Amino acid sequence: MARITAGLAMSHVPAIGRAIDTGATNEPYWAPLFKGFESSKTWEAANKPDVVFLVYNDHATAFSLDFIPTFAIACADEFAPADEGFGARPVPTVKGAPDLAWHIAQNVIEQDFDLTIVNRMDVDHGLTVPLSLMFGQPEEWPVRVIPFAVNVVQYPPPSGRRCYAIGKAIRKAIESFPGDLNVQVWGTGGMSHQLQGPRAGLINSEWDKAFLDRIGPRPEELAAIPHLEYVRETGSEGIEMVMWLIMRGALNDRVREVHRHYHVPASNTAVGHIILENA
Amino acid sequence: MTGKPYDDIPGTTVFDADMSRRGYHLNQFCMSLMKAENRAAFKADERAYLEGWPMSEEQRQGVLARDFNALIALGGNIYFLAKIFATDGKSFQWAAARMTGVPEADYLAMMVAGGRNPKGNRYKGKPD
Repeated sequence: MARITAGLAMSHVPAIGRAIDTGATNEPYWAPLFKGFESSKTWEAANKPDVVFLVYNDHATAFSLDFIPTFAIACADEFAPADEGFGARPVPTVKGAPDLAWHIAQNVIEQDFDLTIVNRMDVDHGLTVPLSLMFGQPEEWPVRVIPFAVNVVQYPPPSGRRCYAIGKAIRKAIESFPGDLNVQVWGTGGMSHQLQGPRAGLINSEWDKAFLDRIGPRPEELAAIPHLEYVRETGSEGIEMVMWLIMRGALNDRVREVHRHYHVPASNTAVGHIILENA
Repeated sequence: MTGKPYDDIPGTTVFDADMSRRGYHLNQFCMSLMKAENRAAFKADERAYLEGWPMSEEQRQGVLARDFNALIALGGNIYFLAKIFATDGKSFQWAAARMTGVPEADYLAMMVAGGRNPKGNRYKGKPD
């Protein structure tokens, strides 16, 4: 049977992708950020999954205001890196896992979560930057990926509680798949950031660090955080952190923290990262 | 208009139903800039390109002036507006500095020093 072995969370700032793509990772501005991912890359290479179930948000790339799915699972064979307005990132095409993706779609819908199913989609920095952070610049990505897009652009996004609950449903679905697969669930986005208006640049390190402290041992508390608190305390785009709760919901109640990293800034954003293994 | 729970957050526009309805055509224009040929057409004659979209004149002026705060008030969402400054070859950091009204170097310095402190920035007109 397929099994979930670990959950990872990390920010997905576009400037991180640009730093990797342009060979700037050793520059003084970027070096401390990337240093915090070195041991993660080693760990990931040693614990490489077959499939990454990658929770992210589309940034007005595949989904305009014509269609705004709250939860969308992508079931295609492959996904091209998107042109977000300055040409596509020079990264490999992302290979999907359609057998497992379709199984999850069917099973999760049967558990009363009404997913949108996507058969054609380009993927933006929200999905490709986490892959670059963990795998660097390979010719081909070493894992297959199921993109799971969450609306956090059009207010309101799904609640933290709903995200945590859907994570649990995704876990059940994955564990009922007849195939010997090692699956990791990644939650991406966050941490504090506000990209718009006169309050842009807001960073709440204290709040972010408390979130990192609690995501392993006390996720129920985090699932109860209302949207208003995310917006007020962590900036309008900090609300992306609800996606971390999907990852957490897909793990065991008890987890072991392998590594964490927190760094300010990447462009306008506080970068958070954590690796949790099922205990 | 009924008050919203996030109305008391300073310097922040939540992209809710009202904003989305107001900004639909503006944001869809932004989406069109994800294609290289549309970017070229826009750059060649911004005014003419904008005329092709059923936006308000105010929205068109906001685009021409790259006045992102005005565009947000007119229903623009930052992830859509990003296609405009990406077309200009500018970064989110550049845009954020512009929206906060400081030179990019000052904005960068603030971020490197830990970002904008939430203290005094949680509620309109209140220190905290």
